[in-house]
Amino acid sequence: MAEARIKVSLRGVAKSFAERGKPKVDVLHAFDLDVLEGEIVCLLGPSGCGKTTLLDLCAGFERPDAGRITVDGQPVTGPDPRRVFVFQERGIFPWMTASENIAFGLRGKRRKRVEEVVERYIALMGLDGFGDAYPHELSGGMKQRVEVARALAVDPDILFMDEPFGSLDSLTRLKMRSELIRIWQAETRTILFVTHDVDESVQIGQRVVVMSERPARIRKIVDLSGLPHPRDLDSREYLAVRDELFAAVGVPTRI
Amino acid sequence: MRPALARWLLPAMVFGLLLGAWSLVPGGSGVTDLPSPARVLRAFVDLLEVPPGERVPRLLAYAIASVFRVTWGFVLAATLAIPLGLLMGWYQRVFWALNPLVQILRPISPIAWIPVAILLVRNDDPRSILLIFVSTFFPIVVTTAAAVRAIPPVYVRAAANFGCRGSLLFRKVILPATLPQILTGLRIAAGVAWLVVVAAEMIAIDSGLGYLIIDARNAGGRYDRIVAAMLTIGAIGLALDTVLRRLERGDRVKWGQARG
Repeated sequence: MAEARIKVSLRGVAKSFAERGKPKVDVLHAFDLDVLEGEIVCLLGPSGCGKTTLLDLCAGFERPDAGRITVDGQPVTGPDPRRVFVFQERGIFPWMTASENIAFGLRGKRRKRVEEVVERYIALMGLDGFGDAYPHELSGGMKQRVEVARALAVDPDILFMDEPFGSLDSLTRLKMRSELIRIWQAETRTILFVTHDVDESVQIGQRVVVMSERPARIRKIVDLSGLPHPRDLDSREYLAVRDELFAAVGVPTRI
Repeated sequence: MRPALARWLLPAMVFGLLLGAWSLVPGGSGVTDLPSPARVLRAFVDLLEVPPGERVPRLLAYAIASVFRVTWGFVLAATLAIPLGLLMGWYQRVFWALNPLVQILRPISPIAWIPVAILLVRNDDPRSILLIFVSTFFPIVVTTAAAVRAIPPVYVRAAANFGCRGSLLFRKVILPATLPQILTGLRIAAGVAWLVVVAAEMIAIDSGLGYLIIDARNAGGRYDRIVAAMLTIGAIGLALDTVLRRLERGDRVKWGQARG
């Protein structure tokens, strides 16, 4: 395999938020990270540590106070359909059917083409028969699938996923993770995946970036490229990495 | 009692009791006395007769006049107020510029506009349409602007992420995201319009259901006709509300209800 290219690069990125009448909160301080093309990088850290802010900055929803964020060497100036954000809360539009949501990013394409793409992702995400359903008629897992499908439909280079499976029940979550890996293996994309769940990060990440409390710094980067998918969740190697991550996050592995 | 039965029987009993109590009220013979249900019924029959030289019964003609005014005033107000509310809600500077004006005009009772309407407009229909307009325009603007300001940021970000901007953003995201609240606002505004048209017709206009009430009073206190007009006003108001309520249950706006 050829040397992988750097897809997303963060150099000295700083961000703080100031609300009137409250002290300024430093969320990120001199943060450096490189994400390679086609890589799944998990950002693992405690709630409120600045993972989401980091993703917002990479997606162009927010501007850094200092530092540089580049994608393919170009500075990020705003949101772009080539890099799509999959939201933590339900980001799909409740006034559109599942199919209309999936087609949302496909404006200006020929109708035939739009229909093909929508059909493909309905099938890929196991949403057959629910294309005409409105989000309030779908289960939490299905809504999240529609959201992922809407993102994939525009054929983005990068997916920014902000705890996308956080609100699902544990069985659905496990299923969604393996589907994500299946899709990622079928059509390789760079994925930046935010989670506070150690197991989730070990299951899907090629690299796991363990972040500290605010202001977020990198506490440790664990390389999992030696554990190819499908990963055996009972194997010694897997459990060793998992323990290493639990230790890095500072959580006991025995109760 | 089974709920399905109680659902209909209980309100029927309330109406029955009320009607019974009403018919027991003494002194239903004099013109200015509280009329008995039978006399109100006769007044209805009277008002539904076609007067000589006219083509429609008086009650129907007046009801049409009132509904016509409310419809025009309301539709004009909604047509202008919804776009203005969307712009005010979305663009901070438009909000800063116009919100103080809207806020100072909004609490003025539509009835207080009656002298102004008399001064500005000579004819009955445009005069009452103007009054309906001012009574519904401000509430619709305020509801719409507030709805836009309350759109969850996640929808706006998702739209931006897929390159949806400008007028497309308004059509595809901002309007549909606020439609449930706008429809509720419209329904409330229509209720206000129906209240206002009666008051306006009683004071400043010479036709319509409000005029029928004031005219019956002036014509020697025909309280049977007054009660008949009141019941008609209630029935049409209920019908207007039912139609608009139905809109709120459409497929593309139902989600707004589910969340409460």
